[in-house]
This record gives sequence, C-alpha cells and structure tokens, in this order.
Amino acid sequence: METLVALSSGFAVAMTPYNLMWSALGVTIGTAIGVLPGIGPALTLALLLPVTYGLEPVSAFIMFAGIYYGAMYGGSTTAILLNTPGESGSIVTAIDGHAMARQGRGAQALATAAIGSFIAGTIATLALTFVAPLMVKLALLFGPAEYFALMVLALTTVTAVLGASLSRGLASLFFGLALGLVGIDLQTGQARLTFGILELLDGIDTVIVAVGLFAIGETLYNAARYRFEKEEIYALKGSKWMGKEDWKRSWKPWLRGTALGFPIGALPAGGSEIPTFLSYLVEKRLSKHPEEFGKGAIEAVAGPEAANNASAAGTLAPLLSLGLPTSATAAIMLAAFQQYGLQPGPLLFDNNPDLVWGMIASLYIGNALLLLLNLPLVGLWVKLLVIPRPWLYAGILVFATLGAYTLNNNVVDLIILWIIGLIGFGMRVLDVPVAPCVVGLILGPLAEQQFRRALAISQGDPTVFFTHPLSLGLLITAALLVLVPVVLKARQNRREQDAQAQI
Amino acid sequence: MWAKSLDISRRFAAAAALAALAVTASPALAQLKSVEIMAPANPGGGYDQHARAMQQVMQELNLATGVQVVNVPGAGGTIGLSQFVTGKKRGNGLMITGLGMIGATLINKSPVSLEQVTPLARLTGEYQPIIVSAESPLKTMDDLVAKFKADPGSVSWGGFAVGSPDHILYALIVKAVGGDVSKMNYIAAGAGGEMLAAVMGGHITVVTGGYNEFAAQLKEGKLRALAISSPERLPGIDVPTLKEQGVDVELVNWRAVVASGDIKQADLKTLDGAMGKMVASPQWKAIAAERGWVDSYLPAKDFAGFLQDEQTRIKSVLDELGLLKK
Repeated sequence: METLVALSSGFAVAMTPYNLMWSALGVTIGTAIGVLPGIGPALTLALLLPVTYGLEPVSAFIMFAGIYYGAMYGGSTTAILLNTPGESGSIVTAIDGHAMARQGRGAQALATAAIGSFIAGTIATLALTFVAPLMVKLALLFGPAEYFALMVLALTTVTAVLGASLSRGLASLFFGLALGLVGIDLQTGQARLTFGILELLDGIDTVIVAVGLFAIGETLYNAARYRFEKEEIYALKGSKWMGKEDWKRSWKPWLRGTALGFPIGALPAGGSEIPTFLSYLVEKRLSKHPEEFGKGAIEAVAGPEAANNASAAGTLAPLLSLGLPTSATAAIMLAAFQQYGLQPGPLLFDNNPDLVWGMIASLYIGNALLLLLNLPLVGLWVKLLVIPRPWLYAGILVFATLGAYTLNNNVVDLIILWIIGLIGFGMRVLDVPVAPCVVGLILGPLAEQQFRRALAISQGDPTVFFTHPLSLGLLITAALLVLVPVVLKARQNRREQDAQAQI
Repeated sequence: MWAKSLDISRRFAAAAALAALAVTASPALAQLKSVEIMAPANPGGGYDQHARAMQQVMQELNLATGVQVVNVPGAGGTIGLSQFVTGKKRGNGLMITGLGMIGATLINKSPVSLEQVTPLARLTGEYQPIIVSAESPLKTMDDLVAKFKADPGSVSWGGFAVGSPDHILYALIVKAVGGDVSKMNYIAAGAGGEMLAAVMGGHITVVTGGYNEFAAQLKEGKLRALAISSPERLPGIDVPTLKEQGVDVELVNWRAVVASGDIKQADLKTLDGAMGKMVASPQWKAIAAERGWVDSYLPAKDFAGFLQDEQTRIKSVLDELGLLKK
C-alpha cells in the first residue's frame, strides 16, 4: 500500500509537462542510438552527463531512463531489417526477425518486438516497483558456482540452433568457443591466441562477430547469388499489422520472455544475452512449429525481445536498491547519481523518494511513449527493404562497418569484422549455421571465468557445483533440457517402428 | 586562487612553476584550442570520469575551447596508450593514465610504455579499503592475517584484474606480514557490481577498490572495512589504516594526465599551467568531493619523478608475484 502511495506521487512528479518532455526526448534519443550499431546507451549517457549538470536530478534521470529503455527498443529494428544487431541483447532477434523480414513479414516482426518490449518493460517495471528487494536477495545468492551452472543452462540453447546437421552445428559451436578463448586469461593474466596483436588482448567483441557473421556474411552471400536468382521481394506482403495468428503466437512468449529477463537482468553477472538465449530455447521447445525456428518464427522474435527489455528493467533493481551497477549503462547511471551527490541504496528511497519514484513512474510513461513512437514508425522502417537490392546491400555493408568502428574507435575491429564476415560468407556457402558460433563465443568465456573462479575459491574442490543447491538445480535443469527431447524422440521412433512392425 | 592551490600542493616546485606562469602567461596563451583527451577505457570508469571532469572544468574556466573526449578501451588502457603513442595527434592530445596502466603494460608485455609519453600532472588519488561482508567473522586486519597464515588458500582476495592496483595492494599486504605471496588465492572478480555482489553474498572473503565504490554499502552496514591504504586516517571516514594495525603498507590508486612524447617545451608549460589552474578551481574540487577523489596534484616535473619511482615499485611487486615470467 505504501508502495502505491509512493508510486502515485512518483507519477505526479513524472507527469508534469516539463518532465514528460524530458522523457519524450530520452526515448527518442534512445531509439535513435539503438538503431545505430556501435553507439550504445552507455556512451550516450556518458556524453550527456556533463550537459545535464544544470538539470534537476529528477528530470535528468527521467531522461536517462528513457534513453536506456529506448535503446533496448531501437536495437531490434536493425537486427530485424538489416540483420545487423546493434547490441548483444538483440543478436537472437536477428536470427528469426530477419528471416521474417525476408519473407515480407518485417512489419509483423517489428510490431511483435515493439509490443513485446512494451509489455515486458511494463511488467518488469511493475516487478521493479514491488519485488526489487526480493530480487536483490536472490541475486546475492549467486556466486561463481551458481553462475557457471546458469551459463551451462544457457549453453543448452545451442541445441535449439544447431540446424539440420549435427556435425556442422557443432563445428560452428566450436569455432565460436575457440574465438571466445582469444585474449587475456583473466585469472592468470596470460595472453591466449593473440599472436602479439595488442587489440586482441581483450578478446573479440561479440557484437563484431555477430555483425560480421550475420550482416556481412549474409549480405555477401546474397550479393553473390544476386545475378543467378530471381529477385525475391522483401517488401511488405499483405497487411502491416499483426494478424490474429500472430497475436496468438506472440502473447505467451512475451510473458515467458519477461519472466526470464527480469530476474536474470537483476543478477550482477546475468547480462542481457543470456535471457534472450534461454527465451529462444524455451520457445522452440514449447512451440507447435519448432521446424519454423530459424526460418522466421514469430515466437523467436517475441520471446527474446521481451526478455531483452525485461532484463533492462532488471538491472535497475540492484542499482536502485543496493547501488550495484550490473551493466555498463547502470555504471554510468551510478556515476550520474554521484554527480548529484546521491548514493543509490535503500537510503535513496528514504532520502529522495521524489527522485526514485519519479524515475520508476517515468519508466511506465517512457514505455507508453515508446510504443506510440515505434508502432507508427514500423510502416516507415519497412520501406527500407524496398530499396533496390544493390543499394541495400551496399548500405548494409557500410552501416555495419561504421558501427563496428564506433564501438571501440579501433581500426583493428574493422579487419576482424571483415575476416569474420568472409568466414561467415564461407559458412553460408557450406550451409554451416552461424548462430551456434555466436552462442559459443558469448557463453564460452563467461562459463569458463565463473568455472575457474568457483574452483579457485573452493581451492580446487569440484563438488562445489553439486553441493550448492541453486547450482545443482540449474545443472539438473540443463541436463533435462538436453536429455528429455532426445529420450522423447527415441521413444517416438521406437513407437513408429513398433507400429510399422505390427502392420 | 593562487594561494589556495599552493596550500593544496604544498610543494615549492609547483609554487615556482605557477608563479612563473602567472607572470608570463598572456590571456590569449592561456586558452588552449581543440584539446582531445583520450580516456583509455569504456565510458563510466575512472579514466573516463577523469577525462570528462577535465573537459567540463577546462571549458567552464575558459582554459580551453573545443575539448573532446575519446574512449579507446581495452587491455587495462594498453590499447589506448599504444594508439596515443603511435597515432597522429590532432591538436593538443592528452591522455588519462593511472596506477593501473603501469601494471597492465607490464603484464600485457606492451610494446609501448609510459616512458614514451610526457608526464603532465598527477591529478587525484583514491585510497583502497579492505572490505568484507558485514556477516564475516573477520573484524580486524589481525583476524585476516591470522586466517591467511593458518590456511592461505582459504582467503579469497577479490580484485579487478591480475596485476591491477587491487592485486598489488594484496601482494604488498601479504609481503608486509611475512606471508608467502605465491600462496595468495587471488580471484579476478570482474568489474564493480559483480565484485560487490560477490563479497556481499559471502562468495569471496575480501575485496578492494576505490573507497567510493563501497561508501553507500558501508554506510548502510552491509559491508565492513577492515582497513584503508592511506598513510593516516581520512577525514570523515572511520576506518583504521593498515599502518595503525601493524601492516606497513601505503597505496594510493592515482590518476594522472599525460601529453604526447614529442610535445614542445612551450606547449608543455602552457598545459602545465592550465592543469594547475584547473585543479585549484572550485569546480574541480566540487567534482572531486562528489566522487571521493583525494587531491594529489603534482605538476609536470614532480610527477615525472614520481612516475619513475612508481614504475620501479610496481615492477618489483609483479615480478615477485611471478607475473612477469616470459
């Protein structure tokens, strides 16, 4: 009850025309930077921080929150339309989202992403309002052993993206895992597979690899076949609104994506990629049309997009209630709090209720503004696909290259991007799926770090993974996720054989 | 304003340099054009915050026009450094550096080093507390040392990265109490939030970092500081020093600004003067106070000497940790 009173006074703060203006400005900037690959919300906030010095803290944070949410929204647009994920949270969206766009269903993909983001953002903000302290308690239970188990669980996603050929899928996975080894080994400080190149010391950026494999590789492949094939039209087919079937297939993934995204986002080392992977896996396992996954299943856009946005709200839970920044963007928001002489933590709720509740209320408002901004834009965005093919391809290549450069202001990234792009082209030609590679690259190093931290803390005792109940539970879930489908399939095969034998 | 800056720096060299500048610098000379400050890290971190604070204050004071910040993250600042050393400078190129970069260049066997830049000014420092969870049985440094001596592996020392100031501080402590540095169970525990959560959840025994990173949690009683690495107790911070508890270690995680290696003497002088004005300004002090940065300004000449000594000290610690083996 107390919470509701506080929240309503928060709305009173956020709904003043002046603050509404900052919220609108924030979501617009956020959407724009989300669309541009390479410029993330973290960099934008850092740029704006000195500029906002003169603003009231409430207004500044309302704008920052708008930027954060807006960027999560905008990131999906390029992933769907151009196969160029702007940040790692929208990599999974690109897989089926772009496939939908190529079938002329780009508008539906954008719509399910926008509505799903809205629903996820709203529910997650509700969760932030009411269960943030609980989430934070859960987050503190996670030590390295638990994180390792969570990574293993996420790694089972790979079974959902392996494609038709097991050996090709695994080859791609191992290529990704190998790429993930590049760089300094954090626990010993030794360089691995860097060949004396300084820029490789921090490893290869996952966004570079995703953009290289998806955007560059795919575009080169399409361009190579351009002369030999009849031009397929990507442009809109039929209505630009989601049909009844689309709604029916989207609403459950939205909710499940939210349920995965919020708690994992609240984990200090959870990140935005893991919930999107898990959401993809869950949707494929539960879908009546698993064969459509990878070829434009709407569930595979709806779920991960919801998960991505919910995780953004999730990261605010430990930031506001404990002062723990769990993402680069959250770290800058923490710096912003300090700029105004504020310390996040439970005391912040007591000392500056206007600020905290105003900001939380502005998240609800920002979400609604984003939907208002994005749904009408869908019609405009899909027009991109009507651009004549050679121009579109050239545009994607330029766009992807620019984005890769802005990421770290580093030329070496461009070379890596194009090498990976050529490899991606080769993989397309040889029909090797690229998604397992990205999953391996992202999760491999995370899993390794946590595994080794856990073992270092336990002084080499491997039973930690089984004696911690949370870790054990997650590992069992992972094992079930892999084994159950195999057993079911084997049983089904036997039944079919029996049936045939009886005939 | 001049008198104030003298109080702070308490150094004659600084006084001389600033006085000379005050006499010779004409207003036109004092304003620098298109200064580019490189933060060799991602937005949000210490290097970045310093670069942006400099940008803000230099513009407000009209010390410079068109101040820009570029982020070149990677490998503990090594990548930024190598770009700074090898790249072509546009305008007045500056780069933020700090204690962490010395370790990073050594561990990464970087082909470029801080020898190839011109020290401009040491700006700020942060003293590092030794932090445990509020529920931890450890109450003092003695408890921690006793635990380590009984079973070295049972103490997990969490820090940012191998060879970082965190790692070095632990090594200095273990050495000072006569422990075996090679038995230290150091955990590279990741960036800010992750490390904080690990110690709060009781997954790691101790962590360290800038005092400000833990200030809120300390105030709320979720964490406890066993000691702090300052020479004497800090005003407003009720934490005993390492020295007080018989551990003869002092460490300040300093941040500084450097100019390019081939800078002209006249330009260096102008910049040196500008830095002196900047750190003496109320704007700079306000930012430093918010962020918990302790003023440790040294002008170019003194900083150059300090940097030499610090490089020697860090190198010997890392060597002892066995991190510099080929």
